[in-house]
Amino acid sequence: MIVAIAIVAALLVVGIVALVIARRRRARSLAPASDQPPLPQVLVTEVVERPTLDEAPSLGTRIGATRGVFERIRSMSATGALGVDELAIVEEVLLRSDVGVATTASILDGLRRDGAGDGVAPTLRRALRACLVDERSVRDRAEPGRVAVWLFVGVNGVGKTTTIGKLAHREIAAGRSVVLAAGDTFRAAAAEQLGQWAERSGAELVRVGEGADPGAVIHDAIGRAAARGADLVLADTAGRRSNSTNLLEELAKVRRVADRGPGQVVETFMVLDATTGQNALSQAREFLAAAAVSGIVLTKLDGTARGGIVVAIERELGIPVKFVGVGEGVADLIPFDPDEFVDSLIRA
Amino acid sequence: MFDTLADRFERLSASLRSRGRLSDADLDGALADVRSALLEADVELTVVRAFLDALRVRLAGQALNQSLTPGQQVIKAVHEQLIEVLGGSALKVTYASRPPTVIVLAGLQGAGKTTAAAKLALWFKQQGRQPYLVAADLQRPAAVQQLRVLGSQAGVDVFSDASTPVDVARRGVAEAARIGRDVVIIDTAGRLTVDRELMDEVRAISDATSPHYTFLVIDAATGQDAVVTARSFHDTLALSGIVVSKLDYDARGGAVLSARGVVGCPVVFASTGEKLGDFDLFHPDRMASRILGMGDALSLIEQAERTMDADVVAASAGRLMDGSFTLDDFLAQLNQVRKMGSLGGLMRLMPGVTKEMRSAASNVDDRELNKIEAIIRSMTARERREPAIIDGSRRSRIARGSGTTVNAVNQLLKQFGEMRKMMRQMGGANPTMPPQMGKFAALAARRGADSLPAGFEALGAGMRAAPAPKGKKKKGGRVTPPKQR
Ligand SMILES: Nc1nc2c(ncn2[C@@H]2O[C@H](COP(=O)(O)OP(=O)(O)OP(=O)(O)O)[C@@H](O)[C@H]2O)c(=O)[nH]1
Ligand SMILES: [Mg+2]
Repeated sequence: MIVAIAIVAALLVVGIVALVIARRRRARSLAPASDQPPLPQVLVTEVVERPTLDEAPSLGTRIGATRGVFERIRSMSATGALGVDELAIVEEVLLRSDVGVATTASILDGLRRDGAGDGVAPTLRRALRACLVDERSVRDRAEPGRVAVWLFVGVNGVGKTTTIGKLAHREIAAGRSVVLAAGDTFRAAAAEQLGQWAERSGAELVRVGEGADPGAVIHDAIGRAAARGADLVLADTAGRRSNSTNLLEELAKVRRVADRGPGQVVETFMVLDATTGQNALSQAREFLAAAAVSGIVLTKLDGTARGGIVVAIERELGIPVKFVGVGEGVADLIPFDPDEFVDSLIRA
Repeated sequence: MFDTLADRFERLSASLRSRGRLSDADLDGALADVRSALLEADVELTVVRAFLDALRVRLAGQALNQSLTPGQQVIKAVHEQLIEVLGGSALKVTYASRPPTVIVLAGLQGAGKTTAAAKLALWFKQQGRQPYLVAADLQRPAAVQQLRVLGSQAGVDVFSDASTPVDVARRGVAEAARIGRDVVIIDTAGRLTVDRELMDEVRAISDATSPHYTFLVIDAATGQDAVVTARSFHDTLALSGIVVSKLDYDARGGAVLSARGVVGCPVVFASTGEKLGDFDLFHPDRMASRILGMGDALSLIEQAERTMDADVVAASAGRLMDGSFTLDDFLAQLNQVRKMGSLGGLMRLMPGVTKEMRSAASNVDDRELNKIEAIIRSMTARERREPAIIDGSRRSRIARGSGTTVNAVNQLLKQFGEMRKMMRQMGGANPTMPPQMGKFAALAARRGADSLPAGFEALGAGMRAAPAPKGKKKKGGRVTPPKQR
């Protein structure tokens, strides 16, 4: 509160300065506002649904330009010790795929020290693979008598709600009953968005009005799931920046509420947009601390972005990527396969 | 925004400050540091290289400058180079001679187009225009509803219908012309550049509406892909500029630095917070100062001018200076300040603010301010006029009434007293212009100055005075940082 008052005071000063300046300048006359014309008639809007793939696509076929970047490496024929030029190419390729300065430097150190052995591409593939964690199973069962909860967190617009829609579809197709909790009570029309996904997949949706307490919605959804004997609750949360203590505290509270009574949070997924650069590391660090993130869903890998930052996240924080989003259709979600991921980065 | 970059440069200049001369080794070391600072900020690789080459040339040419320390030399060179990379001057919006002026927003999924559309609409409204929003995103579930809600928050009407994106856009523009709106902002669906079909669609929207401006919205946290994306959209749509979203997310903003260098497409607007008002033209020179941690007083003043109600400010300005400022005045001012945007975002613009203050401010949110408001509103009219009469029993009544604690009420009253004292000291002889602020105001009045000199001593001093009580508090045994609550 002290900070708030100090800032208000400082800004007040600014306001006064602005006022004085404004006074000194000639008062500009703004165009007079014409009287408001009647509103155009509003029609009901239907969402045009895009045709979706029946089969989940494989990563190799959907990762667009990722491969292209690494082509230069594949064409390098060197084995054994590497020269400055070759190391520079490897460095460029890694940096351009958002692997990041620190992880790139460590991989380069390894190459410099150990040479390329059986060739640059296989060596690099091994080095990247070694950065990734080994254990990435998805926990989907709670202890007896409780309801398993998957909580979804992340910054704005990364694909949390869409991912929930896709996962609901997937779980229901596997014969499980799913309740969706519209825990984003902040963003305009967030519950409607989730509601449309619920309709597509046949999941039940629990929602309350905008501005309500997100913990309460999730609590209700868990109660509902427990009463119905449902298997899984997928809980959406509002997108939030990861550099705000208040927003992270709120998230920690939401997680505590979800992990109480009949609910048991078995997975907390941080949803990450593959276009994200180095900021993804601090996102992961903050969300890990606030909400005990247990897995990452890497979305939008169907575009030109390479998603290389997950290599750094797995290496530095040990949070495994568990699913990959490759489109906007309900089937466009696949389990993350590290070998395939690394291969698709390096293989042409 | 650009926090990391600013921090890195701050450290860099501190380490160079003590040196008397810049040796070749120093220069190499400094350049290596700049390189990794830029890479960690997601600046595109070719842009990094060009930046370093240019910096080397600049520094070599400056070697004879005796009046600057080596650290200052590097910082000055980086500052100049940044301005150059970011692009000369801010966009000057020109309006179509036959309204409406049509603006199309495009971008990847989740980039922040819908929010940017509403913010842009509000911005035009504040410029005295009559904007109109068109919801041509029929792709994402509930996107139209989202725009409707945001539109009503901005007080701007939204057009939509259930046809196709191209038709909605065309009809929206026609409707705007019919009802006499002079700026139309078209929100389109997010799309990937590899999706030919959807790229053709956005092209068709553009062909059907012949926009005067086409803006690409890019998330500030985007990595190296930003340039790839910008280039593809530019090839399809001939962009007039880039709107950077979410610049408050500890984003290092490398995308901003890279876009112009690689694609030749300047950043024209930047969104710096969650409120609709946290949005403004992008000023390369000011941004360069901000990246280097110098603050941006001009933007702050402009934001104040645009959003604050001059009469309300004027009414209490006089009382403020002669010390008869009341809690009522404070409440009125608080609401004025709130209109300007989030405190955290505003604080970043304030020159001479320490990093600690900045990060503390970014954690002050609406609830904090609500609490302050609730406390004041729980006071009687007389208490607000004469806070001195508020004794122990009144304090606990106020705490109960506002749902806070006596401690919080105490804090508020104490802080208010300090603030009043400080303002009185600054007030001095001239009631309309506190003397310490003269310099700052003069500077600010010189708008359009090429770049901001780093010395905003006057306001800097004011700011350092402002959080002073926090030090005093500490003496009283408070060890926790002066955060909220
Ligand atoms: N191409 C592609 N688009 C995706 C993918 N996942 C999500 N999207 C799109 O990204 C946009 C944002 O997705 P949302 O699910 O609304 O993101 P969110 O994180 O819930 O957003 P907020 O609730 O606003 O924070 C939508 O247009 C989605 O269709 C993906 O894997 N590929
Ligand atoms: Mg969402």
